[in-house]
This record gives sequence, structure tokens and C-alpha cells, in this order.
Amino acid sequence: MADTSTASLRTALRPYLAVLGSRARSQRAYRASFALDLLSSLLVGAIELAEVSVLFHSVDALGGLDFTAILLVFGLADLCFSLADMSFGHCDNLPSYLRAGTLDVFYLRPQPLLLQLITSDISLRRLARAAVGAVALTVGLVLNDIDWSPAHVLLLALAIVSGYAVFAGMFVWAGGAQFFLVEGAETTNAFVYGGRYAATQPASVWNRPLWAVFGFFFPMVFTGFLPALWLLGYAPPYGLPDWVGWCAPAAAVWTWTLALASWRVGVRHYQGGGG
Amino acid sequence: MSTPIIETDGLTREFRVRDALRRRTLVAVDDLSLRVAPGEAVGYIGANGAGKSTTIKMLTGILVPTRGSVTTCGLRPVQDRRRLARQVGVVFGQRSQLWWDLPVRESFRILAAIHGLSASEEASRTEELVERLEMAEFLATPVRQLSLGQRMRGEVAAALLHSPRLVILDEPTIGLDVLSKQRLREFLVAERRTHGTTLLLTTHDMGDVERLCDRVLVIDRGRLAYDGDLPGLSRTVGAERVLVVDLAEPVDDLTGIPSTRHLTSEGHGLRQRLAFDAEATTAARVLAAVSERAEVLDLTVEEPDIEDVVRRIYAARR
Repeated sequence: MADTSTASLRTALRPYLAVLGSRARSQRAYRASFALDLLSSLLVGAIELAEVSVLFHSVDALGGLDFTAILLVFGLADLCFSLADMSFGHCDNLPSYLRAGTLDVFYLRPQPLLLQLITSDISLRRLARAAVGAVALTVGLVLNDIDWSPAHVLLLALAIVSGYAVFAGMFVWAGGAQFFLVEGAETTNAFVYGGRYAATQPASVWNRPLWAVFGFFFPMVFTGFLPALWLLGYAPPYGLPDWVGWCAPAAAVWTWTLALASWRVGVRHYQGGGG
Repeated sequence: MSTPIIETDGLTREFRVRDALRRRTLVAVDDLSLRVAPGEAVGYIGANGAGKSTTIKMLTGILVPTRGSVTTCGLRPVQDRRRLARQVGVVFGQRSQLWWDLPVRESFRILAAIHGLSASEEASRTEELVERLEMAEFLATPVRQLSLGQRMRGEVAAALLHSPRLVILDEPTIGLDVLSKQRLREFLVAERRTHGTTLLLTTHDMGDVERLCDRVLVIDRGRLAYDGDLPGLSRTVGAERVLVVDLAEPVDDLTGIPSTRHLTSEGHGLRQRLAFDAEATTAARVLAAVSERAEVLDLTVEEPDIEDVVRRIYAARR
């Protein structure tokens, strides 16, 4: 029984693994160039982190968080973003797929379009950037005075998985929107990359409109800030309940609801079936 | 007649376009009804923008029809797209199915996985295609380094790897040299003979239609303008063939040869072009008549080109 289900899973995954495997191999084929890619990606991550540390040279605390606490927020959000960027980042580059006719080619293959798009590429160089996030997170976890319990471990794991899903959903949302938005990439970048930036900051300093956009509609605040507050034992702002840090999975589900709706509308628009 | 492999009824596709301030509706395919039987080879021709690509996109489920119905391989293309993909192979002359940075062989391996071919199916089909399309010499070459002719053979093999019942080719020979065209046509003829594959191809090359197709569909502004065989098409439009002769010395314009029209003279009459009605006379008879007046050094016969045929059909309908 287990054997047959493993075998059928392998059959189901074979098309996607074949493509992803070839992408990974081709990126590593030229060692020197891959090393440079990793290095440049590492630099980008390091600069993002440096920005935060520069800020804390002039102030001791921002929005009630000191530098070590911010490391935790930054590390969580940036790790999740980098991993999502590695595996989903190409989805918000839909116009180039449209121009090259790659999307039409997807239509001629017996797999769902969105799954084909997601598994059509993987950017291994972004592992270097994820490493920056992971280091920041680890340092944040060590330096902060966290009262560890099994619940803390569970929340941390949930936060990372959900944060990854939130950012992945953002990329898919952007891809769907780019079917029908004129200058789509510019518009969606504001939310995808603006969202990443917002996610690595203490959300307690945000104003209300920002909370509306990145607190709830695109739930960036759940990818770093709110789970970090719970880990640290701090109370969330705006009188939000303490347990709100546990709602990251709900944020992930919400983002994917948005993402799939956007994709659906986008594909309908492309096929001209009426929206 | 067995169940059609392609069946459309009143198939219509409109696009809403916005230019400047006004919105208008553009009808790309207009009330198209046609049937293609399994095993047929059909040339689908028409001017640029006549609706060929739109039809293909509706046949393969990429576009949703505005009105009318379409059935491909007995399936509804949009709703049953994934099942249909297993039975149809499409070659888009302008867009690639191959992975740019990978060797051709690797692309075939991935496509075999995508179509769920077993190891033995993959091996035997790849071997067959490599041999028939003479691809062995460039199997290990990354796609981006291939010549256009090689890449096109790779594209055709990629579209046919899963042994589709229906193969749709959109401008497969565009930009190819004579030898590459010839190879590709021979392959398609052989593929059809051995596997009974149905072919639907759009082309601007009359040679493709002559050598590959036993039926021609002409589409004009989204509507079917002709459906029949090629000789019938030539008869309908009275397409002329052109004999070009290079003469040993300059002579006057070669007029007055029966069923023949003098078109042009170059080099004071050293090279002359004569159009003749292929129904009424033959190239040999025209040549004999020319030889009575001057010594012929060299000659070529130009086939009626597809633009010309299409233009005549269009003119007759307006």
C-alpha cells in the first residue's frame, strides 16, 4: 500500500522534478559564475541587514524594540522572503513569460498552469541571501532573553513556514495581477518588495494606512513582527490580543486565497473567457 | 467518415481593442465551421492577421471562443486541456518548447517526464526521432548554439515526442534554407505514413502545402474562403506558374506564345519571365516554343506563391 502510494507520488512529481532538477544543474554548471551569483546575492542580503544596524546607531529603540529584538523580526521576515524569492520569485515576472510565449507552451503540457509556472525555475543563488536571514534570526534568538518552552519552538516553526507561504503567495498574486495590469510589474513590485521591506521593520511605528495594507490586506506583519513579539513576551500594539502572533497560518491561508483569486482572474483575462 | 479529429461549428472569436479613445470589436475568427478527419493533412493558409493563430489557440484551449463550439480529439479544449495535451503536439515557429541553456537531449528527457513516458517509450521514440530528423550530431549541443534549421528539427521532435494523434504546425519552415525545409517535409510525410498522424499546418510556403497537404483551407478575415484540394485551388484562382529563361543572346520580348503571358525582360531580353496557365499548357511546351526563337541556357519554374493564391481568392470574394 505504502509502496504504491509512494510510486504514484513519484509519478505525479516526476514532471516538476525533471524541470527543477535541470534548472538547478544548469545554474551550477558554471562554477565561477555561480559563485559570483552567490556572492552578489549575499551582498544584497548583507546590505539590507546593514541598513537596519545603521539605523540603530542613531537610536536605541524603534517602536519599542531594541536592536537585538529587531534582529529577530528582520531574521524571520528576511529568511522567509529569501526562501520564497528563491522558489517563487520568477512568478512575478509574468510579462517575460508572455513575451517569450512560454505560457502558451505551458498550455500544451498536461499539468496545471500555475504549478508549471512555479516549478519552471529556481534561483539557487538566493540561498546566500537566505543565509543572511538565517544568521540574523539565529543571532536574534540567542541574544534575546526568550523564555523557551515547547510552545515557543512550535510558534517559531509555524512562523517560518507561514511566512514563507505568505511571501510565496505574494509572488503568485503579483503574477496573476500582471496579466491585466498595465505596467503590472511596477505596481506589484510596490507591494511585493515594499511588503518585504515593511515586514523587516517594527510595525509599531507604522501609521494606520500602512497597517491596513501590510497589516491585514497583505499580511506582512505576521511574517516577522507579531510572531517575534510573542517569542519576546511583548504585548502587540493597538490593543491586539497576545495570541495574535499565532495567527501567521491564517495570514498564509488568506494570502493564498488572494493569490489564487488573482491567478484565476488573470488566466481568464488571458484566455478571454470574460472575467 | 469516422469521428472528426477537429470539429468546429460557428466558431467565432472577437477581441475588444482600444485605440485612442474608442473601443471597437475585432472579429478574428468568424463563424468558422470545419471538420478534419483523422489521418488528413491540411494546409491552413491565409494572410497575416486572417485568423490562423487565433484558430489554433482555440483548438488547443489557449483561447476561449466567443461563440460557437470546438472539439479537438473528441475533447473540449478549454475544459479538457490537460487530457488534450496528451494527444496534441504543437510546433510554434516563433516560440520555443526547448530549454535554451540545455543540450537538446536534456530537453527531450524533461519532456518525456512531463508527458509521463515510460523509460522504454522514451528510449524508442527518442531514437526514432533522432534518426529520422538526423539530430545525432547536435544532441549534446545546448539549444542556444543550434542553427535555425537544427533548432526547428529539435522543436518538431519536442512536439512529437509523446506521439500525438494530431500535430499542429504554425509556420514550421519559416526562415529555413531549402535543404532544411526538404528534410522537415520528408520527416512529416514519413511520420504520417508510419503513425497515421493528422497534420494541420499554417504556412506561407506553397512548397509545404504541395508536398505535405492533401487538403487546403483558406481563411480570409476570419471566414473560410476555400476548402478543397490544391489543384482545385489553383483552378479556382487560375494561378499561373512562371517560367524564367536565361537566353544566349538578347532577343525581343517573347510574346505570342499560346496560353502564355510575357511578364518582364532583363538585360535587354537576356532573362525573360513568362507566366503560363498550368491548366492549358505545360512548361515543356512553353520551353519548346521559346527554343524556336532563341537558345535557352538556363531555366527555372516558379510555383504560384501562396500570397498570390490567397490574394486572388480574396479579390474574387470582394
